[in-house]
This record gives sequence, structure tokens and C-alpha cells, in this order.
Amino acid sequence: MNKTINQKAWYFVIPVFVLVAFNAAIPLMTVVNYSFQETFGNNVFAWEGTRWFKQILLSERFHASLGRQFAFTFIILLIQIPLGIAIALTMPKKGWGVPVCLILMSMPLLIPWNVVGAMWNIFALPDIGFLGHSLNAMGFDYNFTQQPGDAWLTTILMDVWHWTSLVVLLSYAGLNSIQPAYYQAAEIDGASRWATFRYIELPKMKKVLTLAILLRFMDSFMIYTEPFVLTGGGPGNTTAFLSIDLVKMALGQFDLGPAAAMSLIYFFIVLLVCWVFYNLMMKNEAQS
Amino acid sequence: MKKYKWLVPTLYIIFLMLPIYWLINMSFKTTTEIINTYSLWPQKFTTENYVKIFTDSTWYMGYINSITYTVFNTVISVAAALPAAYAFSRYKFLGDKHLFFWLLTNRMAPPAVFALPFFQFYSSVNLFDTHIAVALSHCLFNIPLAVWILEGFMSAVPKELDETAYVDGYSFGRFFFKIFVPTIAAGIGITMFFCFMFSWVELLLAKTLTATAAKPIAATMTRTASTSGYELGLLAAAGTLTIIPGAIVIYFVKNYIAKGFAMGRV
Repeated sequence: MNKTINQKAWYFVIPVFVLVAFNAAIPLMTVVNYSFQETFGNNVFAWEGTRWFKQILLSERFHASLGRQFAFTFIILLIQIPLGIAIALTMPKKGWGVPVCLILMSMPLLIPWNVVGAMWNIFALPDIGFLGHSLNAMGFDYNFTQQPGDAWLTTILMDVWHWTSLVVLLSYAGLNSIQPAYYQAAEIDGASRWATFRYIELPKMKKVLTLAILLRFMDSFMIYTEPFVLTGGGPGNTTAFLSIDLVKMALGQFDLGPAAAMSLIYFFIVLLVCWVFYNLMMKNEAQS
Repeated sequence: MKKYKWLVPTLYIIFLMLPIYWLINMSFKTTTEIINTYSLWPQKFTTENYVKIFTDSTWYMGYINSITYTVFNTVISVAAALPAAYAFSRYKFLGDKHLFFWLLTNRMAPPAVFALPFFQFYSSVNLFDTHIAVALSHCLFNIPLAVWILEGFMSAVPKELDETAYVDGYSFGRFFFKIFVPTIAAGIGITMFFCFMFSWVELLLAKTLTATAAKPIAATMTRTASTSGYELGLLAAAGTLTIIPGAIVIYFVKNYIAKGFAMGRV
């Protein structure tokens, strides 16, 4: 659409601008303030320069939680995106199955995050949970509160349970926007199932899939509540992802300076990745 | 292969329903039964967990608080986002692209980064422990989302609609509310659905900004889990009840979900 140049359009944007600035800019400035200062309580502050940034960037604790965070996000994307596409491809396209699938699959998305954690905790408990009990009955030595491997497995399984539906819904919408004529043409040409997917369905889903990857990246990168309720970051620190570590530092130990510096580094990483994605997405949109 | 296609979504739905079933199963058991026996369904069926929640005000007020700030937030987000989304979809103005990206960065900001400054900020303006504080803080991620979804829907409406209306002598206000808003009603519905969803499920900020008067149900649950030992049955019943508002909302928008996603925006 060709848009008219109109500077008065700013008036329309003012409410949004004010509300978001009120919420984002002021707290963010507080964080920036803390990150350069040492606090002694009673509102006494001393200038510290870039000391906290250096400390965080060099600390092993930060490297470890950053590493865990990237590993977690990578595994999540690797499982959820292909699985979501596969489910969307096999979902019914018409009839009574459509609303049933849509309603049941959207359910996990609307459950408060701590309830998701609590639910999986109860589900996976080795003695009274269905998952834990079944696994142990089958002869596996499973206990997610004590064994790091099991804790990771449970956290990943929980996130797959929680968020794969978002990828499914997005892919399904992308598939639905394909005109039947494309499939008819493919059939006439004698295209294989794989070729139809590779050259018709996948390109048409490109836009929604970029969005799905972007959303899943952002949300899994700032995951906090679910693993906090499920494992509390444990056993030890093995499932302490960035947000969990950060909250521990800021609200638990009240190390405001280092916590603020860590917040800024954390935010910067998310921003950088999202900026790349956003530009890719806008390029796609400009092409279509 | 085509014959067995239905297996994939069916297995997936079974996988989705299992933990939910387990939660509901637990909610109808007594605490002693939960701890002492493992069973696939309640042996001694009881509703005492639910009775406790509906009669104890610390419990049921949690639900009322959660629903109150969620509704506040949905209304504020959509009301503020409507004109902004219109501006983004119809006009070019100084800094529009940067502003749009800046808005989106707030959807990307980890709430953990903002928890402490929010606490200090809302305390200093005397809004701590009020519904409006939580509603306003959730605007941080819901307004960008609302602008993003609405902009997608509005861009799909041809500009000729606006121009024809002006030729017919409509003022901007009358055009906007009488013609434009009804045209994108489905989009507004979808937007409200997502705002409701993300405000309803968020806990970190809601918990940080409240103490007693506006405490969300989710926070009541975490405190029960840690203070009064391990009342799993009660916890399960409270969890089950938090699923219901979401389920009701999904039922109403089920026909729009796929369509809304199809606009390519979430």
C-alpha cells in the first residue's frame, strides 16, 4: 500500500508512545544507573564505571548460564519447529476435526506459566506422577529432582508440551493460505509428496515460520517461571537459565550493580538476534 | 500413508492432554491418598479441595484479582493500539520505522530485567499492590503486540474505503468508529484474545508488583506450595481452575484463531 506522508499521524501514536515509554524507558534508565554504581543501601551510591560489566563478562557463572541458555533455546527450536510443521501438515483441513484440533491444541498456551510448571512437577514426580512412575516402572532410573540429565529432559519436554502448538497454529495458517490451484498444478506435473512440500508448501510458509522462530527464540530465551517452578534451577545450578540466575542475583542476593550490568548484556544479546530476524522478516515482506 | 495421517495429531493431542488429566485427577484426591497411593483415577473421590478454594477468600480473591487486571490490561492495550496501528498502516511519518522496531524491542525485553526497577518505580508513584499497576506493567509487552497484530489487519483493508467515506462526507471520527472499526472487528477480537492470553499467563511482574490487595491467583499458589508443606490436592484444584478462563476464551474465538494467524501476525 502506498502510504501518504503525514506528520500529524504522530498524534495517533502518542498514547502508545507514552504508555510504553513510561514502562520501558524509566525502568531501563534505572537499570543503566545501577550498572555503573555501587550501592551501600540508604540510597548512597558511588560511581563504579564499567567494573560490573567487566566482572560479569569475565565471570564463569555468567558464561555457564549463557551457555545453558543457548543450548536450551537451540534444542527447543530444533524440536519444536519440525514437529510443529509435521503436525500442521497432518491436521485435518475441513470438517469437525478442525475446531476440535484447534481448541485442544491451544489449551497449553492459555495456562498460567507457573501452573504449567506445577502441573509438570506433579506429572513427573518419580513416586506419584504419571510420567515419573511409568518411566521407573519401565526400568529407567528417573528422578528429575536429583539427576541433571533427567531435569533437562523434563524441562525440554515441558517446553515442547507448552509451546509446540504455537508453531502448529502458525504453520497451519500458512498452509491454509495456499490456493488449491497450486496443488492441482503439482498433481498434473506428477510432483512427489516431498517436492510438493519443498517447492510449494515451504516457500508459502516462509513468512509465518520466520515469525514462529522469532517468537520461540525470544520466549525461550527469557524463560523463567516454568523451570523455576519445576526444578528451581536445580539440581545444583544445572537448569539455572539466564533469567533464573538474574533474578537470584537481583532479588535474592541484592547485588544490584552486577545484576543491572547482567540485565543490560542479556537485553543486548536478545536485541541483536531479534534485529537480524526482524530485518530478514521485513525483507521477506517487501518481496511478497 | 494417507490412511494413517490422523495418527500424528491424535498422538500429539493425547500427549497434550495427559498432564492436564493428571492435574484434574490429583485435584479430586485427598492429600493422604496422593501421598500414599499411586492410582490412575481417584479412589476416594472428593471435592473438598474445590470447596476450600470457593469458601476461602484468600483463594477466590486471587482469581478475581487476576481477572481484574487482565481485563484492565486488555482494554488499555487495545484502546491505545487502535489509533497507533491506524497511523502505522496508513501514513508515513518521521521516525515511523524506528518507532515500530522500538515498540517490538519491548516485546523482546526479558521481564526479569524489569522486575526490580518496576517494583521501585511503581512503589515510588504509590501504585504498588494495585490492579492498575499490574495492568500498566503488562502494557510493556501487550501494546507492541496489539499494535503489531492490528497493523496487519488494517493494512489488509484497502485505502479506498477511507477515501470513499471522506467523499461521502464522513468526518474522521465517524468514519473510524462507524465504518473502520466494524470492518476489522475480527482483528480486534484476535488482538483482545492475545492480550488476554499474555496478561493471564504472566506471573513474574504480577507477583513482583503485588503484596496482598491485588495478589494474582498464580502467586497465591506458589506461596501455598512453599509455606503449608505440600498440599498437592489443593494446588492441583487451583491449577485446574486457572485453565477454565482460558478454555472459555478459546471457545469463543475458535473460528478466528486460524484466520487471525493467517494474517501472518501474532
